[in-house]
Amino acid sequence: MSTNTLETTAPRDRPLSWQNLGKTIAGGYVPLLLATLVVFVPLLWMMLSSLKAPGEIVTTNLTLLPKNPSLQNYADAASTVPFARFFLNSVIVTVIGSTIKCVLAVFTAYALVFIRFPFKRVIFLLILVALMVPPQVSVLPNYVLIAGMGGLNTYWGIILPGLGTAFGTFLLRQHFLTLPPAILESAEIDGAGHWRKLWKIVVPVSVPSIATVALVTIVSEWNEYIWPLIVTDHPDMMTLPVGLTQLVNSDGSTQNWGMLMAGAVIVLLPILLIFAALQRYIVSGLTQGSVTG
Amino acid sequence: MGRLDTSDAQTSRAPVHRPPLSIPKNRRWNRRTRRDAWVFAAFAAPNVLLILLFTYRPLVTNFYYSTLDWTLGAATATNVGLGNYVEFFTSPDASSVLGVTAIFTITTVGGAMILGLLVALALNQRLKGTTFARAVVFAPYVLSGVGVGLVWLFIFDPTYGVLSWILRTVGQASPQWVNDPKLALLMVIIVYVWKNLGYCAVVYLAGLQSVPAQLLEAASLDGASSLRRFTSVVLPLLSPTTFFLLITSLLSSLQAFDIIRIMTPSGNGTSTLIFDSYLQAFGSYNRAGYSAAISVVLFAGLLVMTAVQLRFVERKVHYS
Repeated sequence: MSTNTLETTAPRDRPLSWQNLGKTIAGGYVPLLLATLVVFVPLLWMMLSSLKAPGEIVTTNLTLLPKNPSLQNYADAASTVPFARFFLNSVIVTVIGSTIKCVLAVFTAYALVFIRFPFKRVIFLLILVALMVPPQVSVLPNYVLIAGMGGLNTYWGIILPGLGTAFGTFLLRQHFLTLPPAILESAEIDGAGHWRKLWKIVVPVSVPSIATVALVTIVSEWNEYIWPLIVTDHPDMMTLPVGLTQLVNSDGSTQNWGMLMAGAVIVLLPILLIFAALQRYIVSGLTQGSVTG
Repeated sequence: MGRLDTSDAQTSRAPVHRPPLSIPKNRRWNRRTRRDAWVFAAFAAPNVLLILLFTYRPLVTNFYYSTLDWTLGAATATNVGLGNYVEFFTSPDASSVLGVTAIFTITTVGGAMILGLLVALALNQRLKGTTFARAVVFAPYVLSGVGVGLVWLFIFDPTYGVLSWILRTVGQASPQWVNDPKLALLMVIIVYVWKNLGYCAVVYLAGLQSVPAQLLEAASLDGASSLRRFTSVVLPLLSPTTFFLLITSLLSSLQAFDIIRIMTPSGNGTSTLIFDSYLQAFGSYNRAGYSAAISVVLFAGLLVMTAVQLRFVERKVHYS
């Protein structure tokens, strides 16, 4: 994105030429480095602290690197609360929840774009407006409903209320609209029904968009907090963010920071790794999808 | 990555797959059309029903709950009419909630947008490493608010935190961030801005990259300084991006929950509308009806903002 203008630039404008080197470093690299460090340092500090011995954390003489890096904090966290179970619950909820959401989004978006139906605009508007309703506002009525159905401390109780997907439907619809109708016409002549057109043509040519929706959904399911917090009070059913809350001393006394940083690493690292590998899709999905607010 | 069309996505529509126009009107509901209607229902109904049940139904139910004096889990409730609303708009506690919400929203939106624009300017250079820096700056936006809140809670710890260490080396004592209501609010604002400024930066960057180079060159030839070029050319051209970010940031700021809940569980000084609504129903207050009333007020506010947004998006924020 920054290379295409280089060719047209006169030599004296090159940022790394001798005349401009000082200016480039002061005006270009220093702000860039500063912005990067502001994000990077707190996360690095979390990683390093999670590997430190208690004596290196509960001290006023800060050391940067752990003297004897160990996973003791992780073991301590796992012996205080069922951490492996939290992790498993988060994985289950994220995998099942995002899979269903993506399938629902694909089907709905296909129907909205490619199938004739009289009230399509109304239905699309209904989905569009749902994008703007904050989930926090619906928490109390949904809690009463799910509790009444016996869904407290169950996987389905955690997953079900979030399954309807306005975001994924909207994003995929926008993409499906850009597909040339010609690619479906030949299939229609062959007598293919909607089911075959969906799976043989539309889905295969839309893999990048579906991947974008899947990644954004996975990230938001993994990070989901208020609903699982309300709907679970049994440790065996808590997801990672909810379980982490259990590690914090609510009375405001001194926290076990090593243990908490280990917990923070467990909840943040999987998403950081996914983001590092596939950030193009995630960034474009999150910035496009919020076009409507 | 592809270009981010922040303002034009709704208007620039590719050809829609339409039925051929030659079908006579009276034959529209032939067998094929009816079969299509069934397929449409089968494809779209599960999602639409879930959205109706878990997104729309609560909006209605909240209205009903908001007229009750009711403890969550209790079988009976007393109808108090509009009592909860009257209390919300008259009690001093509630006005402090509105005040906290206003301060939190304005500072986080302003902070994330101004810093985001500065970072976008730093990223919008022909330098090696900007792609990597852009990814790093965006990263906090996708992270769990709970995890991020814990990392910063450690940094803000008055005895063992990095911040207290820095303050000590310059001869200052660390303030009690969590216990002082004003500082607690400042603390969650800082963390929220840290988490969200990358989003503003990336959206602004896309806006900056669509500023035509010729315009800037022309301004340079006219002798405009770089600051003048920024204020007179770049900033006006960015006004649609700014407006878009303003609305999306306002909406998401009003929904902030994770960071506030994990850093200040009791809401001492940090009770925004969302958080107070949560505490009233699920915290120790046991006032579900009052909580529902707050949700209704909040939703009404969001509705007004969305309506304003739609009105402006329709007309666009044009630069002449």
